Amino acid sequence: MTACLLLIPLIGVIAILKGRDPGATARLATTLMLATGILLAGLWAMGIRDGLSIAPVVLSKPEIRLGLGLYDGMSVIMMLLSVVVAFAAARTGSCKKRHESLWNISLLLVAAGAVGAFISTDLFFFYAFHELALVPTFLMIGILGRGERKIIAWKATIYLAFGSIVLLAGLLWLIAASGTSSLAFEDLLKTSIPAEDQPGIALFLIIGFGTLVSLFPFHSWAAPTYASAPAPISMLHAGVLKKFGLYGLLRLHPLVPEGMSHWLNLVIVLLIGNILWVGFVTINQKRLDLMLGNSSVMHMGYIFLAFAALIEAGAQIENPVAMPAAILLMFAHGVTIAMLFGLTDRIEKKTGTLDLRNLGGLASLTPKLAFLFGLAAMASIGLPGLANFAGEVMVFIAGFRGWQAGSGLGSVQIATIIALWGLVISAVYMLRAYRRTFQGPEGSHIKNAEDLSSNERRPAIFLAFVLVIVGLFPNLLLGLLENSGSATSEPSEVQNPLEPALPPDPEAQPQQAMLAN
Amino acid sequence: MPELLSWSILLLPLCSAAVIQLLLREMAGIAVRMSVASVATTFVIALVLLGSEDRTLAVQWATAGSFHIEIGLIIDDLSRGMMIVVTGVGLLVHLFSLAYMKEDEARARYFAGLSIFMFSMTGIVLASNFIMMFIFWELVGFSSYLLIGHWFQKNSAAEAAKKAFLVNRIGDFGFMIGILMLWGILGTFAFREMSESTTVIAQSSSMLTGIAVLLVFCGALGKSAQVPLHVWLPDAMEGPTPVSALIHAATMVAAGVYMLFRLQLSAGIEIFEGFAGTTIAWVGGITSLLAALMATQQDDIKRVLAYSTLSQLGYMVMAVGLAGEHSAEAGMFHLYTHAWFKALLFLGSGAVIYACHHEQNIWKMGGLFQRMRKTTVTFAIGTAALMAIYPLSGFWSKEQILEAAHHDQPVLFWLAIIVATLTPFYMTRLFIVAFLGKGRGHGAQTAKEVPPLMLYPLFALSCMAVIAGFTPVAETLSPAFHHPSHSFSLTNPVFLISLAALIIGIGSGILVYRGRDSDPLEGSAIFKIFRNKFYFDEVYLVLVRIFQNAVAIVVHFLDDFIIGNLIVGGLVRTASGVGNLFRKLQSGNLQGYAFLFGAGIILIIYLTVFAR
Repeated sequence: MTACLLLIPLIGVIAILKGRDPGATARLATTLMLATGILLAGLWAMGIRDGLSIAPVVLSKPEIRLGLGLYDGMSVIMMLLSVVVAFAAARTGSCKKRHESLWNISLLLVAAGAVGAFISTDLFFFYAFHELALVPTFLMIGILGRGERKIIAWKATIYLAFGSIVLLAGLLWLIAASGTSSLAFEDLLKTSIPAEDQPGIALFLIIGFGTLVSLFPFHSWAAPTYASAPAPISMLHAGVLKKFGLYGLLRLHPLVPEGMSHWLNLVIVLLIGNILWVGFVTINQKRLDLMLGNSSVMHMGYIFLAFAALIEAGAQIENPVAMPAAILLMFAHGVTIAMLFGLTDRIEKKTGTLDLRNLGGLASLTPKLAFLFGLAAMASIGLPGLANFAGEVMVFIAGFRGWQAGSGLGSVQIATIIALWGLVISAVYMLRAYRRTFQGPEGSHIKNAEDLSSNERRPAIFLAFVLVIVGLFPNLLLGLLENSGSATSEPSEVQNPLEPALPPDPEAQPQQAMLAN
Repeated sequence: MPELLSWSILLLPLCSAAVIQLLLREMAGIAVRMSVASVATTFVIALVLLGSEDRTLAVQWATAGSFHIEIGLIIDDLSRGMMIVVTGVGLLVHLFSLAYMKEDEARARYFAGLSIFMFSMTGIVLASNFIMMFIFWELVGFSSYLLIGHWFQKNSAAEAAKKAFLVNRIGDFGFMIGILMLWGILGTFAFREMSESTTVIAQSSSMLTGIAVLLVFCGALGKSAQVPLHVWLPDAMEGPTPVSALIHAATMVAAGVYMLFRLQLSAGIEIFEGFAGTTIAWVGGITSLLAALMATQQDDIKRVLAYSTLSQLGYMVMAVGLAGEHSAEAGMFHLYTHAWFKALLFLGSGAVIYACHHEQNIWKMGGLFQRMRKTTVTFAIGTAALMAIYPLSGFWSKEQILEAAHHDQPVLFWLAIIVATLTPFYMTRLFIVAFLGKGRGHGAQTAKEVPPLMLYPLFALSCMAVIAGFTPVAETLSPAFHHPSHSFSLTNPVFLISLAALIIGIGSGILVYRGRDSDPLEGSAIFKIFRNKFYFDEVYLVLVRIFQNAVAIVVHFLDDFIIGNLIVGGLVRTASGVGNLFRKLQSGNLQGYAFLFGAGIILIIYLTVFAR
């Protein structure tokens, strides 16, 4: 049944090729994907997990299976993110009549690739789906992008190809070192990697996956790419496809725990680069789309912070908060950035400019657009009640989870403190942009701007609804992570074998008391 | 049943805000009624809860394995009393706004904002743990942003709203670190469980605890506008005046004091002893002095009141920081009396501004006593309460703070006495210039008494400004505000000194400002510094230019030219050169390369894996 998620968009592509109305087909396909996705998540939440996955063998030596299924709660959440953003993306933006087929086919292929990567239960297809999704992404930028689209498409291609190659090398090394004959996660994660191989593999994975997630200093492809790409592609890539790298790190780190811990300080330095360095770059942006693109790079730093807390703990004690925090924030960020890119596209359509110096006072003319954009902007700077806050606060808690009074601040705690300053930075650029776009007297370019039509509102309202629901009830998502059948984290949560061995921990007892209530 | 009531006091305003925003934006009439009905209901619930027993309710909000964050309500003397203040002042401000905002086209949005604020403030008051308090802490900041920026078409209002949000974020930066550190030290976020961890504090270093408390105090620094993060509050006066009364005088700005008191109550006074408490007390004392000095030279009626709010908040913070036996209760008591009389003063100024056709400069007012007698009388009562004239409410609470300071920190006591001289001085100035003499501007000459809907809230608040300090009233509303051991006698040196301060303040105010048409102190150099608010804003502007904008420009440059252009750009140029070459050879295009790229990668993986 999970395979339907992949079949629906592919059937859609075939239908468009056969001459069906491209827009309507894409909308129908994404609706079906959304319905299937929600149904699957519902079944998962109810504990019905058998018969949802398939794994036909496509190659016997080594054994590669086309494994499609819901591996654990993280897969379910990322799958939901894909279908939610795809649903909105198919209803955003517009193009010339003659490009409609290309536009919608690309969109469906990107969506299919993204969802395919997250529902793969086999390393080979996990990698392959992501690569396949990148091809239409480049095409769309190169053909239908804005500005210097060719150069930008090349830049993105080179960066992402570099990341992919490094990643590929890491994965091959990993496979070789594990000595496994099956590439299914289930089998792969049972193997153990020799200690001497771990740091090398971990480094390749961090650089490879990191480049795909625009980890500092491999980030400069991201903002121009998102600014140039057609809106649905920006939404899908920044919102969903980019999370592939984080998902991969979270998925594979248990294989090389010591290797990851070895690079903890590197990861911390790079994530601080994302938050502070890119944060300052973002402050200095003069165009709304570049500002948003950079802000999305900056926010990756928070997810890497959760990852840092996770790999720090990997060596010593269990950190039960880090993983859910990272997943929740990935989901929240994906929805938020998709909403922001979608609405930015509308601003450009209405006013003809995204230059912050020419905009202003838009809220008087387009109150609905201003409200929705304001909501997304507030979500992205962590307003409680919207999904991002829940993720961020859990990331910070994860950062201090391992700290005990009496010992000095560790590197993860220092990174957490710096990341908290990032909240000030992101408030500076986001409020400044909102102020210049929507508030104050009316700017020179907005004389005839019309408010959003109900068709244009629909995708944004849908995403806003998701943000509010998850923000108010984060347990709706976090619940999917609980008692996952095949999850790697589950056994250690029940009883951590390391804990009794630790010296009496002054923090643990009251904490237990709190938990008991 | 009490559980349901407790939850509904929190959730009713949220529902009201959501319904207005989603359904009633075009139907202002219904929206306004809905918002008022919700706040009236919460006030009634707050009254009902006065008789209920202490309890804590909780639901899980976010769960991660064995860890979870709770949303919980703590119902005890402190929160019950505070809820009366919040919903009581809130109700009166809503009623006042009905008349004040009658002409405003966007009043549905305004009332939705008020409802969000009531929700957020209720959340702070009832929060059962620090994470929940932080959630609502951010939300009050957000509602304050919305309401300051209500008239966002004005550049000044939009800037003021942004400034308030950003300055508060800076405070919250420290606040969150403090919360996380206290979590490490006390082992819990929940207030109810903090007392159980006192043994743990004794073991861990008091230095660390002190730092954590000071970091938590950073939150109060922003929200309660203490020096040096006070700069947003005077600018926040750009918002509609009823908002200033509710948020920027009576309730939200007092949240910092409330939070510190809640922490002290939960974790024990011990964690405030030592350098943490001393620092807090001094920050409060200095704020109260600087703000009082700045207030003496403001011409905008709302700004005079705003600086006086800063000054009084400084008093409260000082009292909490003294960490004496009953000093924090004194601060809380002052919070409670101040809420009524300062809301009264702000609504009074709103009435005056309304009557004078949006004139805010006191030098263009004058003679209002003849034209708006009822408003003037209520304003006089508020002024007297703020000056701490016996036996109005302000007297009792201020006297307790002075007592506490006298007992614990004589230097701060004398500093507080200077403030106690300045307060009557600038309030006398305000009252004489705005209400007495003869009208100096067109607005003041044509002013008429405001409609009854604005007067009734003023009457109610005047009533509270008079009686709130009496023991029976304070005890009924909440024992948390008042400790009965306080006895007051005429021979008490503290009383005599503060009486002298009051007389000097009023006397000099009358001497300087009686019958004046412009400020006689304006020319002198030292008062120029007060008028320019000690140049805090100018200094910050320079700091922001250097440390934020300049750094941003440099970093952006480096990012673009080194990481972006030299390293990657070189690669791109090489690649597109190669691409061009291929294009000539194969007349291909980007589509072809993209396809080849994808196919090639797949092929490589396939071959590598297969070859193994």
